[in-house]
Amino acid sequence: MTAGSAPPVVAPPRATVAVHRLPQDRWRAPEIVFWSIPVAVFFALPGYLVLGSQILIVGLFAVSLDLILGYAGIVSLGHAAYFGVGAYTAGLLALHGWGEPLSGLVIAGVTAAAVGWVAGFLVLRGEDLTRLMVTLGIALVLYEAANKASSITGGVDGLSGMTMWKILGMFKFDIAGRVAYLYSLVVLFLLFLVLRRLVNSPFGLSLRGVREKRKRMPALGASVREREIAIFTVSAGVAGVAGALLAQTTQFVALDVLAFSRSAELLIILVLGGTGRLYGGLVGAAVYMVAQDILAGINPVYWQFWIGALLVVIVLFARGGILGGLEGIYARVRRSGA
Amino acid sequence: MIANLIGVLFDGIAYGALLFLISIGLSVTMGLMNFVNLAHGAFAMVGGYTTVMLMARLGVPFLAALPVAFVVAAVVGAVLERVLYRRLYKASHLDQVLFSIGLTFMAIAAATYVWGPGLQPIELPRFLIGPVKVLGLDLGAYRIFLVALVIVITFGLVLLVERTRFGAQVRASVDSQQASAGLGIDVNRVFSLTFALGSGLAGLGGGLGVDVLGLDPTFPVKYMVYFLLVVAVGGAASIKGALAAALILGIFDVAGKYFVPDVGAFVIYVLMVVLLILFPAGLYGRRG
Amino acid sequence: MKLTRIVVAAVAALLTCAASAQEPIKVGAVLEVTGPFASLARQIENGIRLYMARNGDTVAGRKVELIIKDSQGAQPDVAKRLVTELVTRDKVDFIVGFALTPNAMAVAPVVTEAKVPTIIMNAATSAIVSKSPYLARVSMTLPQVTMPIAQWAAKNDIKRVYSLVADYGPGLDAEATFKKYFTAAGGELVGEVRTPLKNPDFGPFIQRIKDAKPQAVFIFLPAGEQAVAFMKGYRERGLAEAGIRIIGPGDVVEDDVLEAIGDSALGAVTTHQYSAAHDSKLNREYVKAYTEMFKIRPNFMSVGGYDGMAVVYAVAKKLNGKIDGDKAMEVIKGMKIDSPRGPIQIDAVTRDVVQTVYVRKVEKKDGHLWNIEFDKFDNVRDPGT
Repeated sequence: MTAGSAPPVVAPPRATVAVHRLPQDRWRAPEIVFWSIPVAVFFALPGYLVLGSQILIVGLFAVSLDLILGYAGIVSLGHAAYFGVGAYTAGLLALHGWGEPLSGLVIAGVTAAAVGWVAGFLVLRGEDLTRLMVTLGIALVLYEAANKASSITGGVDGLSGMTMWKILGMFKFDIAGRVAYLYSLVVLFLLFLVLRRLVNSPFGLSLRGVREKRKRMPALGASVREREIAIFTVSAGVAGVAGALLAQTTQFVALDVLAFSRSAELLIILVLGGTGRLYGGLVGAAVYMVAQDILAGINPVYWQFWIGALLVVIVLFARGGILGGLEGIYARVRRSGA
Repeated sequence: MIANLIGVLFDGIAYGALLFLISIGLSVTMGLMNFVNLAHGAFAMVGGYTTVMLMARLGVPFLAALPVAFVVAAVVGAVLERVLYRRLYKASHLDQVLFSIGLTFMAIAAATYVWGPGLQPIELPRFLIGPVKVLGLDLGAYRIFLVALVIVITFGLVLLVERTRFGAQVRASVDSQQASAGLGIDVNRVFSLTFALGSGLAGLGGGLGVDVLGLDPTFPVKYMVYFLLVVAVGGAASIKGALAAALILGIFDVAGKYFVPDVGAFVIYVLMVVLLILFPAGLYGRRG
Repeated sequence: MKLTRIVVAAVAALLTCAASAQEPIKVGAVLEVTGPFASLARQIENGIRLYMARNGDTVAGRKVELIIKDSQGAQPDVAKRLVTELVTRDKVDFIVGFALTPNAMAVAPVVTEAKVPTIIMNAATSAIVSKSPYLARVSMTLPQVTMPIAQWAAKNDIKRVYSLVADYGPGLDAEATFKKYFTAAGGELVGEVRTPLKNPDFGPFIQRIKDAKPQAVFIFLPAGEQAVAFMKGYRERGLAEAGIRIIGPGDVVEDDVLEAIGDSALGAVTTHQYSAAHDSKLNREYVKAYTEMFKIRPNFMSVGGYDGMAVVYAVAKKLNGKIDGDKAMEVIKGMKIDSPRGPIQIDAVTRDVVQTVYVRKVEKKDGHLWNIEFDKFDNVRDPGT
């Protein structure tokens, strides 16, 4: 960095998002290895399945944020709004007699997507700061509304006392969390397949165009607005499914599903893992929540400090998060090997 | 009835004045350096803890502690700008958001470690406590003090921006960094000084706010929303805009709670969303 | 020869150690250590640790091992997971803690299924203990400490009251309880308002109160800066000069924040189960030991932590170290404890605390603010909501 009267000289920005090769839909070896890990965990670590389901759920939530943040470049500080809508929908359904998990999940997802669609028209105006504020504002309004409507939502005390029916009439949610874990894993995997297909499709490509060079897109005949609203809706729906999963597996919905801290934490998790790679959200969730479980137990104040420091370091030196770092190493290895 | 209304409005104005004082630094940072700094509340917190410490440990009177709070926060701001913030001016807004969230976490953790999680008590000087009769109305002495101080500071800022050379340099750099640099303006120095000034004002606001807003380690996140609100609604880099936005928000928040207490909390957020829909670049923001 | 004797002695000593060394009694504490409620959790944790420091960490031949888990604020899903892990992985004998109601509510089904005795050390909503036969409470419920102030006010010539509560579960409970018992005793509620939970400025609400000219304002706000903000507004708008007193449950002037509120709190009359100024030998020693160890004043939550551990130790002693869920609950039901706050009892049927609720006034003594008790209501049960 120069001092004196020279104009500010800053190194050219290294993207926080990966530079992609042409997308292809074939499953690569690392992906297969990746998905075998949660399966292995199920058999190898039966005492950690409750933590495991929560990691899977947060992972799904993070993936939903990646859709708008990593792929379409929309900055949101209020993604918990859709997570919360999904959670309350599923929770209320179960509380009022409809405890069927799968249909509850679908209804919650659709409801959250609908809310996201409406919100999209409000959010997708103006520049980054405006969008930030509007996403934040929407989440805050929903939070206050849920708090006020405590006769419906249970307010601060939360929604409890719901019983979930057996999944497919066969599997009952158990205290050790085995069924919850597998349920979350299957839902995550299926949704992930769909989204993976989506981001590698022409639509997905056009999203990257939106993120990189917004102003040029209309020249290609592509409508930016339509695409943004579409992906925002999908993202909200996926977030809603994640929220519903949480409600169903814990049989409890707390007001904090809509809290700002959830949105902020999600952002950290996604950046930690690496944006724009779809897997980043999952990696980030796993690393963050495991680290939190271990370290926060030792000293909670230190945890907050070091997470803050980590964030600063990532932004300054390691944009691209964990996956970005891994890709860099991989690229270097390939170069030296070939 | 009218007297009550005016009393309530004055409260709103005082509250808005405090918000403005803390937020103006953020507004300028955003407009000048195009940097989304969510850690701005932390500078206010630095000012707050400085004030409390000076008063409690060294017996410094409140009015003398405030300028020190300003200076300390300004220095912290200057140092951080030089060492950290400068590297991210050309970075994406997302990076800036994340970076400043990280800084905020560090600040909160450090404050918790040093001072504990509880609320900091503060003893205001006698003459600033209680109601004062002004034209037959009962107004809070402290609020009058706040409003008066902010009026003076605002005049000072406007003078600085409109009448001094430095102010001209700031305005030029806001309009176009490249052109200003081309004219030989040391844009780096302008950034540093402006950032320091903004942080200092935040620190001063933090010290003033200990009594009104309460001071504990979570201060930066608790009030961050309000600061962002002022900047987003007012439009970045606009003193007029920030002032207008802060006053509007202060008054509406207060009036909303007085007239329709049941939905009081919503008013401010809904108002913000509405204003942003109508004015995506803020009330006085620059378009494009 | 000498060497052999030494070796034999050493081996014998080791064997005796091994024989008496048993599994420790594991107590899992779930507290909101980080996040906005950290100062609450801090008091509870201090109370727990103080009890263990003063009474040793061995009961009935077994060591007591404390495992503290952080639910990071009001996060019931985290609390539920932590309790599940404590119960299945760590195999704890007791669960204790919970500053907040949502966290306590969420864990009820888990402790029922695992049959682990669980002591609520602070969470104050009436319904909690009914959610599981393995839950017992040593702290208080909001209706329990609110009912007496309503009755006291009516008895003491305060007939017109304005109610201001924070708009969330506990606030609404307090409002409902006060309304019920105050109007039943002949009082009149001249107005009521519910303030937003994150409200930084009470100006407009206080103005409304002044307009209505009540004799007193009943308030319930979450302990912390809300209480501070209200008191400052009260002082600024001259409500004391207008003859409007402050009444309510003691949360708003609790010992942890009383000094931060400052002189604006003087004269407030509240009802609560604990004041650090409580005049008993037991409490004086408690406050002294606490202040020496932690450098801050103990508040009612610390007493919840302290007495909760007393219950744990008493159960362990009674059952001779063999902790069984159902037997433990039998011991807990009807248990009497000599607490720093005064005598308390765990009701044999509801498993909730029955205790004396004191009426206190905020006064200055030796340059510091204290809640000085001047009247009381004995054997108050939770009246429910």
